[in-house]
Amino acid sequence: MTQLLAKPRRKDPLQKTRAPLLPPGARSRTALGLTAAAAEGRFALQVCADCAAVIYPPRDACPRCLSPRLPFRDVPDGGVLLVETTIGASTDPYFRERLPWRIGTVRLDAGPSMVTHLHADLREGNRVRMTLQLDKSGQAVAMALPHQPTANMADDPQWRELTCDPKFRRVLVTDGRGAVGQAIAKALSDAEASIVFVGIADPWKPFPGEAALRQIARVEIVPLDLTDTVSVEDLAGEIGGRVDILVNTAEHVRPGGILARNGLVVAREEIELRYFGLMRLAQTFGAALRARGADGINSAVAFVNLLSVYALVNWSAYGAFSATEAACLSAAQSLRAELRPGGIKVVNVFAGPLDTDWYQTVPPPKVTPAALAAATVDALRRGLEDVYVGDVAEDIRARLAVNPKALERELGS
Amino acid sequence: MDLLSFAAAIAAGGIKVIDLTHTLAPDFPTIVLPPELGQCAPFRMEEISRYDERGPAWYWNNISMGEHTGTHFDAPIHWVSGKDLPDNSVDTIPAANFIAPACVIDVAARSAADADFVLTVADVEAWEAAHGRIPKRSWVLLRTDWSKRQGRDYANMANDGQHSPGPGAEVCRWLVEERDVHGFGTETIGTDAGQAAHFNPPYPAHYYMHGKGRYGLQCLANLDRLPATGAVIFAAPLKIRKGSGSPLRVLALVPRS
Amino acid sequence: MASSRMPYDGVVVAAPVTIPYRRYSINSAHWWIGRAVRGVLDRTGLRAGDIDGLSVSSFTMGPDTAIGLTQHFGLSPRWLDHIPLGGASGVVALRHAARAVQCGDADFVVCVAGDTNQVDSFRTMLSTFSRFAQDAVYPYGSGGPNASFAMIMRNYMTRYGPTREDFGKIAVAQRANALSFPHALMKKPLTLDAYMAARPIADPIHLFDCVMPCAGAEAFLVCREDAARDLGLPAARLLATIERHNAYADDAIQERGGWAVDIGELYAMAGITPDAVDFLETYDDYPVICMMQMEDLGFCAKGEGAAFVRGHTLTNDGSFPHNTSGGQLSVGQAGCAGGYLGLVEAVRQLTGAALGAAVPNARIGLVSGFGMITYDRGLASGAALLAG
Repeated sequence: MTQLLAKPRRKDPLQKTRAPLLPPGARSRTALGLTAAAAEGRFALQVCADCAAVIYPPRDACPRCLSPRLPFRDVPDGGVLLVETTIGASTDPYFRERLPWRIGTVRLDAGPSMVTHLHADLREGNRVRMTLQLDKSGQAVAMALPHQPTANMADDPQWRELTCDPKFRRVLVTDGRGAVGQAIAKALSDAEASIVFVGIADPWKPFPGEAALRQIARVEIVPLDLTDTVSVEDLAGEIGGRVDILVNTAEHVRPGGILARNGLVVAREEIELRYFGLMRLAQTFGAALRARGADGINSAVAFVNLLSVYALVNWSAYGAFSATEAACLSAAQSLRAELRPGGIKVVNVFAGPLDTDWYQTVPPPKVTPAALAAATVDALRRGLEDVYVGDVAEDIRARLAVNPKALERELGS
Repeated sequence: MDLLSFAAAIAAGGIKVIDLTHTLAPDFPTIVLPPELGQCAPFRMEEISRYDERGPAWYWNNISMGEHTGTHFDAPIHWVSGKDLPDNSVDTIPAANFIAPACVIDVAARSAADADFVLTVADVEAWEAAHGRIPKRSWVLLRTDWSKRQGRDYANMANDGQHSPGPGAEVCRWLVEERDVHGFGTETIGTDAGQAAHFNPPYPAHYYMHGKGRYGLQCLANLDRLPATGAVIFAAPLKIRKGSGSPLRVLALVPRS
Repeated sequence: MASSRMPYDGVVVAAPVTIPYRRYSINSAHWWIGRAVRGVLDRTGLRAGDIDGLSVSSFTMGPDTAIGLTQHFGLSPRWLDHIPLGGASGVVALRHAARAVQCGDADFVVCVAGDTNQVDSFRTMLSTFSRFAQDAVYPYGSGGPNASFAMIMRNYMTRYGPTREDFGKIAVAQRANALSFPHALMKKPLTLDAYMAARPIADPIHLFDCVMPCAGAEAFLVCREDAARDLGLPAARLLATIERHNAYADDAIQERGGWAVDIGELYAMAGITPDAVDFLETYDDYPVICMMQMEDLGFCAKGEGAAFVRGHTLTNDGSFPHNTSGGQLSVGQAGCAGGYLGLVEAVRQLTGAALGAAVPNARIGLVSGFGMITYDRGLASGAALLAG
């Protein structure tokens, strides 16, 4: 039975902060197929294209027919826990300070046996649901969960180490002026975040939803203008050491391609808010996040970017906007590598057109702010890294996987 | 006259120098237009170095802003009605025009009572009855004490636009055609009233002043420290090629008595 | 059952050499291996130029392999082998070398295994041991082989019923055998109480189920029988060998090793039955694996290992002498040399040269090799029957 997670106490200011360590992160290239699946929350293993054998551990020749064609495919995630052990001694510094640590061997319904991390509620003989999770090294590891949800399931310490659960954590939502930021603030409060800092720029300008935003439990409004270096530095100086999850909700959506626009003023605003805003957040909050990756129950865990799916492929109707989002995506990838030493996950949430003002003329399906917020919180709870929200985002992803050039033409017509 | 005596009087305090300028800072409100239109950039600073590895012995910044950010000067080329006039941009305005006397009209109490207070010809005539006729080529500065407001109260934006005091259409035309004023200055964001989009013509201060080659000053401060008459304004914008205006330091010289 | 395999007529194993183990060493594996090669030369009177065959096993001699040692040691062999098979290295090296000598491809083959052990050697080795370990085991708690074998042991106990006391008896008997062995690193007697009370490493594996990694080297010479006689070397004959890797891949958890596939052939080739064996040297990374070998090598049926252990005394003077120098559990595991330890000890026992307690009337010994747990089971296995 998983014990309910205890609310973390105030940190002792005289004690050294536990420095982040990472579990072993070396993987063969083929094994990175698991990492791709874990990033998106899929359970995928190699399935031989010639004899259909399901194979684990990842390898380069089928053990049944020696075929080299071993693509990763989604497979059934059920299995049985055959044996377990509790490790009491480890040579690896990361695990050494997290002992005792339970692992087991699961026989998958799909066929192979997997050595796996174990949820505390599992016993030998139990049916399990397997997932692939990104550990603090950013690499995929198998985790066996109870087949049916159990009480306080998310509070299992080994599971919490593999996810970015907002429960008891302090979150900064960078822009609460818009519907998306407000929906995310509410969703995080509902997810039991202990504080939801919400950044507001230009306090001298009123904005819709302000009264309701101030009513949300445990929301604290803070001044934050992502276009102003001093504003970001000042806020980071004040609360940087108390932010465990940062969600960048600032948006700047305007239609128009790069030729269609007259002048660069709007493009400069886009880049200033979205790209430089991201860079400012990284430079001012990044170091503290990275240093606090192992800092107790409310350790720093995630830097979340809300991106347009058109960061992956340009839609010329919103061409300049797409280009700015692409710049943000590339910057986020750099940030992902730079934050990894702290075990901090950079989460990219991709959505197609939103159901907000600046997508007004776009036909449905569109993603509502509430749906985007729910998907973001879900991604944090499950420890995902690459998240596609809504039908258009899923459609774009599917098309990119098959023929990116065709998609370029389709979006550019 | 003896300019050295003038300089000595300033140094000795016989002539007071009053700074009518707000500090240029990122949090100072700017004019906000409908989102489909181009926006004036707010003031921003990016530190280049601060006695550190980026520059060991020095501190300096790159700055960016719009021509109409903070306390700023409007040149006639800024408005469509002045676009074809000679010497209408900040780099071509004759330098002597950057020094001029000012008449300060105090409507602070009435503005406190009504954020949408509109200055009329009658208001100005009443002021002239007390202080004399407005001299030719004087600045007319509207003291509303708006500069003492902060943040949201200063911008005073509601869901039907901005609410701040300013001149009506008729008085703008009258000041230019009947009094040959040098320009119009305000403490608010913009020389026009907050609701001036609905006036006829819209934005009459811009329309009439710039249409006749006169100037604008806005986001002024400390007008309450100026006499109704007798102050001389030094207001020289940056010499920007084909510039429509610029943030600047506005100084008022006032005799000590 | 007759065997179709060619007998090992005319080939012998001689010159058992052990370089005394040390817990930690600042010297390289090359240094340890070199000392063992020199030990064989000293023992046999051969010169370096006489060595025309070399077989090397080591985990810590990187970035070199066997070829690097030829220049390093000043040898010019006409037969060279590199056998990175851990606990199966000795038996496999012997198999290869014996055939080479039989065929005349080499006359004097030095088989050597040696490893250094530095403060971070073990951790480094675990993290780079194999691709599957890197991808699918080490990231799961980094418990090393202890965690992997814990799951094998737990399954074995659940399935077949041995208790910790049964495994303790194996460890206690080996320690008794080790007390007279001069090179054993563990020098204190072990009681069953101490075995049971020891701290858990990865349950059900506790401290005295585990070997102690150390630095050391072992070696022997393979040559023709007449050559050994000319040199005046006591030698053991090779009756039979088997080798099998990745056996029973479909077993969900490892319960048997490759020997079970070919064990009939081992005895057929030797022309004996299991009760002719005077002593058994198993590969003892863990007592559970010793018990598994007792079953798979034909001394009892699968699942009856516990009863077998309970029904015998495993000391050198007992009814079933097992790991007669104390095994790795008491002597220490010097990397790949652990895969030679039993073979070198068997040659000593069979040539009347035991360094510790001699097994009375030792005429036939069975040496078993096992190892290389790359994912979830030991892949390599081999066995050899030798006669004195």
